[in-house]
Amino acid sequence: MAEGRIVGIDLGTTNSLVAYMEGAKPVVIPGVDGSNLVPSVVALDPMPEDGRPTITVGNSARTTLIESPERVIYSVKRLMGRGLAEIENEIKLFPFRISPDTEAGEVPRIQLGEMRFTAPEISAYILRQLKRNAERFFGSPVTQAVITVPAYFNDAQRQATKDAGRIAGLEVLRLVNEPTAAALAYGLDRAKEGTIAVYDLGGGTFDISILKLRDGIFEVQSTNGDTHLGGDDIDNLLLAVALDEIHSEHGVDLRSDPGAVQALRKQAIDAKIALSSAHVAYFDVELPNGDRYQREIPRDVYELLIEPVLNRTAGPCKQALTDAGITAEQIDEVVLVGGSTRIPAVRQLVDDLFKLSARGKKPHTDLNPDEVVALGAAVQAAILGGESKATDDLLLLDVTPLSLGIEALGGTVAKIIQRNSTIPASATEHFTTGVDGQTNVAIHVVQGERELAADCRSLARFDLKGIPPMSAGLPRIEVHFLIDADGILQVSAREQRSGKAAQIEVKPTYGLTDEQVEGMILDSFDHAEEDFDKRLLIEARNEAETILTAVERAPSNPAWQLLSADEQSAIFTSRDHLISVKNSDDKDTIHNATVALDQATRRFAELMMDAAVTTAIRGKTMETADEELGDAVTAPHPMAAAEFK
Amino acid sequence: MLKVIDSAVPVACWSCSVAHNESTLFCPHCSKIQPAAAADYFSAFSLDPKLNIDLAALENEFHRLSRKLHPDRFARASENEKEWSLADTALLNDAYRTLKDPLRRTEYLLKLNGAEIGEEHSGKNNANGPSRAPADLLEEVFELNMQLEEMRAARKMGQNDPELETSLMEAKKKFDGLLNAVDHQLRIQWKAWDEGDAAARITAQNEMIALLDRRRYLSNLLRDVTETLGV
Repeated sequence: MAEGRIVGIDLGTTNSLVAYMEGAKPVVIPGVDGSNLVPSVVALDPMPEDGRPTITVGNSARTTLIESPERVIYSVKRLMGRGLAEIENEIKLFPFRISPDTEAGEVPRIQLGEMRFTAPEISAYILRQLKRNAERFFGSPVTQAVITVPAYFNDAQRQATKDAGRIAGLEVLRLVNEPTAAALAYGLDRAKEGTIAVYDLGGGTFDISILKLRDGIFEVQSTNGDTHLGGDDIDNLLLAVALDEIHSEHGVDLRSDPGAVQALRKQAIDAKIALSSAHVAYFDVELPNGDRYQREIPRDVYELLIEPVLNRTAGPCKQALTDAGITAEQIDEVVLVGGSTRIPAVRQLVDDLFKLSARGKKPHTDLNPDEVVALGAAVQAAILGGESKATDDLLLLDVTPLSLGIEALGGTVAKIIQRNSTIPASATEHFTTGVDGQTNVAIHVVQGERELAADCRSLARFDLKGIPPMSAGLPRIEVHFLIDADGILQVSAREQRSGKAAQIEVKPTYGLTDEQVEGMILDSFDHAEEDFDKRLLIEARNEAETILTAVERAPSNPAWQLLSADEQSAIFTSRDHLISVKNSDDKDTIHNATVALDQATRRFAELMMDAAVTTAIRGKTMETADEELGDAVTAPHPMAAAEFK
Repeated sequence: MLKVIDSAVPVACWSCSVAHNESTLFCPHCSKIQPAAAADYFSAFSLDPKLNIDLAALENEFHRLSRKLHPDRFARASENEKEWSLADTALLNDAYRTLKDPLRRTEYLLKLNGAEIGEEHSGKNNANGPSRAPADLLEEVFELNMQLEEMRAARKMGQNDPELETSLMEAKKKFDGLLNAVDHQLRIQWKAWDEGDAAARITAQNEMIALLDRRRYLSNLLRDVTETLGV
């Protein structure tokens, strides 16, 4: 098979992006609506009487979030590679629920409308959207990708991400750590030498990585972080303040109304974004009882509120410096990554931690913090493809963020690979039997820094089978542990006296089996190359139909009256053009006409989104909201606003 | 893998079938990566097993070999080549991590020569490391442990004892000095081992084993002091 392009994907908590190397420069591939960011939001459209369920991804799914929150999943990255017990508390912050039939030890399934999905499946829908965006852009199939993960992701979280790729029909050639990817994007055009720190505070995860750059080699010295710390936590703080005040001042408890909570969350996010430039932001909400909740949020109050969250990034930074064996003053440059680093208080904290102002330095922010990770993933994709001169001399040497250990006698942990070891890394250990004639040996592998296995993260239990029966202590089983370049553990074993390769049965503590992943792979249709052009044409026509249906209903929406006559006639002109070309066989013409109509309706979509928010807060039922807004608000993404950043 | 032995048996390259020395990483004829064979960390870097090594040269060689062997260079290669690249790079990384660190390097070389020693860095032997204080330090260690107990008790009660703190700081300084002295003596033994004949090497080896034991004890003690003082 001819090898297509390898794309770089940033599968983010809040937004996801796909990028590729255009010559010597990485660029982000926009979606059909022209936006570089695809919100990591997945919605299940209302079930048709017959036929297949429709999953939408991105901005349109976000509109559904306020309309019918029980049909939408967001921030699914926080649930990747985690067990039921681990997410029980976290899930309380989300409008969606774990399916009640999930059993302990199984990968939790999330209830989405009438259906149930595991976190890797939900992520796969996001990946498939990005894959399609790239295919539409190139006009050819895309089957291979580099996907980024938080540096502090453990084995199970990494494996879950790889599974998601496979389910989406993508061969994941490499998982790259997000801060390292960002360093690649920065290092590309500046052939830097020296020691840099990458501070990456995203929507849901925090990473700090310290790298040494020399002759095109990016050697990670140490990494640290928190996989549950980010902008989401700030949103939740603001949301909690509003919910509490509404309850105590107006006697209204909105917590039981998921739609209202989501609408309020949108105001919280807007306020957070505003406070990065303005000195004051506002909540202004009409309540179901007719009251109005109005609240001014001065920046200094906001900064006090979020200080505890931001301070949680300090510990990992200090540990990373210690592990790298250097002081803050020895860091030549600091790179800021992730949308949350736009917050002035975050920048101040970074300045203090790395003593930047004191040394006449400033953090690097020249690349868009929302895009830099995807750009770096594209650089890594080019390195793997080996086809770009620009990346010929580049090589990334990354580390494992967590120590790997084996549970020893008494429940203590025997560490076999230390954290911050350059990967691939390996260790060989020898085991024997404790009872005469014993033919099985069980090994419990954990990840983490704590002394007791119970306090570490359980990775898997390996059952070594088929050991020839011998006296106790006589067998000598050599087990080889290897952490590969993706940061994922591989294990092999051999009985040395008999020379037999021992059989290993792996029971992953968390995660899908191979068979489960196979069964989840989305439309095998996606892989068939011969059908590819046909599919693109069908897709282009479907997109055209979707937007035309929405536009047809638009004039009955109250928001329509807010448009000027010029804006209205521009929409009609674009609509008529699309109608005239939609049945042609030229996918590009159809696509371009769809994009043009989408552009013309952009402001309308924004007005509609605002109206949806207001309606939800007022606590109207879904039915009345539907009547007022028409079905247009649930249309796929070309009709929805892309203002969330 | 990565082994350079003159007497190696020639084998045929899997790709071009031209015979080559088993020890080569890449076929001299067609440049394809070759299957891995077991090797020790020193030969992975084509180094003689010695304790004094040129760290800058080691780093350069690590980067040079990484560029050739890393799995990133084999992302679209055959499954076999991918596997060999992974195994070779893991060995290279393990070797570099061990050799660049003076203590890990010393422990590794001693073990290569059959010595049974605890591993300071592996963590797993921390618990059963030497629990007996070196004879010449018995009294001071006893005194220090008493002070540490007192300090912990005081801290637990939320009290501060500046006098005790000062005295612990002084003890820390003293033990830091002792640790440095051990390191200095270790380096002397490195030279004795690197340059000595078989008999001198045995003497140096025993010296180093004792020094490493002492060092492990001192650094555990210092870790306790640092943790208790919170500095």
